[in-house]
Amino acid sequence: MFVLSIWILAGLALVLSLVKSKEKTASSLLAAWKFFRSMALPVLATLWAIGFLLTFLSPRLISRAVGQNSGWQGVVLAALFGSIVLIQAFIAFPLAGSILRQGASVSAIAAFVTTLVMVGVITAPLEMKFFGKKFTLWRNFLSFIFALIIALIMGAILG
Amino acid sequence: MKKIFSSKNLLLLLGLATIIVSIFDRPKASSVLLNSKTYLLEMLSVLPPILILIGLFQAWVPRRTVEKAMGGSSGLKGILMAIFVGTAAMGPLYAAFPLGVSLLEKGANLFNTAIFLCVWASIKIPMILFEIKFLGADFAFLRLALTIPSILAISSLLNLILKRSLSHEKI
Repeated sequence: MFVLSIWILAGLALVLSLVKSKEKTASSLLAAWKFFRSMALPVLATLWAIGFLLTFLSPRLISRAVGQNSGWQGVVLAALFGSIVLIQAFIAFPLAGSILRQGASVSAIAAFVTTLVMVGVITAPLEMKFFGKKFTLWRNFLSFIFALIIALIMGAILG
Repeated sequence: MKKIFSSKNLLLLLGLATIIVSIFDRPKASSVLLNSKTYLLEMLSVLPPILILIGLFQAWVPRRTVEKAMGGSSGLKGILMAIFVGTAAMGPLYAAFPLGVSLLEKGANLFNTAIFLCVWASIKIPMILFEIKFLGADFAFLRLALTIPSILAISSLLNLILKRSLSHEKI
């Protein structure tokens, strides 16, 4: 249902674009293709790694580390992990989905996904260059705290 | 460091690991490949239309339009436009840093700039589509509904904390 609707949406947008300008449509398809090529290998590697993860990481192990009973430690662990690693959301969502199905708690997954996009330890030096130390430290710190709050609320509602 | 951890090397490593596993435990190796295949098919079912949408957006709303809208004299309207574009444009957080600085230079206040940065980082329409696909619509929409007020809170707290100190120094 969801898959079908975005195919239809993309198809309609493509037709509309084609009617308005052939050149722009061609350049947009070229951009899409370039983007696909740049992400094809990392995505393939991640999906393969997910295959290993699902085969060798037992649901028991995952649920003990970041599952329902891992308590606040599991949520904080997931949030820290999301803050540190620098992975594209394209790759992170299937990964998060597979870990969720293997027994991770909703809170831990929400914490991971939220800190992944909002908190950037690796990009912090760059952020400091543009906005200064104080802004960067506070923005990342506040984002981390709010990611935990979001995670706990989501766990309470969906968990 | 980047060379060692390149995707190509990672793929080689995964291939090697799969071969080694298949020597010792054939069912485990085929389980690895089957799991990967399932996810690959799921990915391929949503990737092409999302890429097409991203490409169309980039062709019809070029970067210059974004910068002009953000730096325009229209104030609030420009910022709303920037937020709208921030949700649809692709690009990592660090791509938003220079745009955020130009917002500040054009006279936007810290509150709005922080909102722009956080929105850019966390709310992306193509990403929401991915999130719905892999984590479910409930998860994606609830997280979105909680993220928006969080961004407002983070930005106003940032503004409160930094207002005094920033008036003295350059940011």
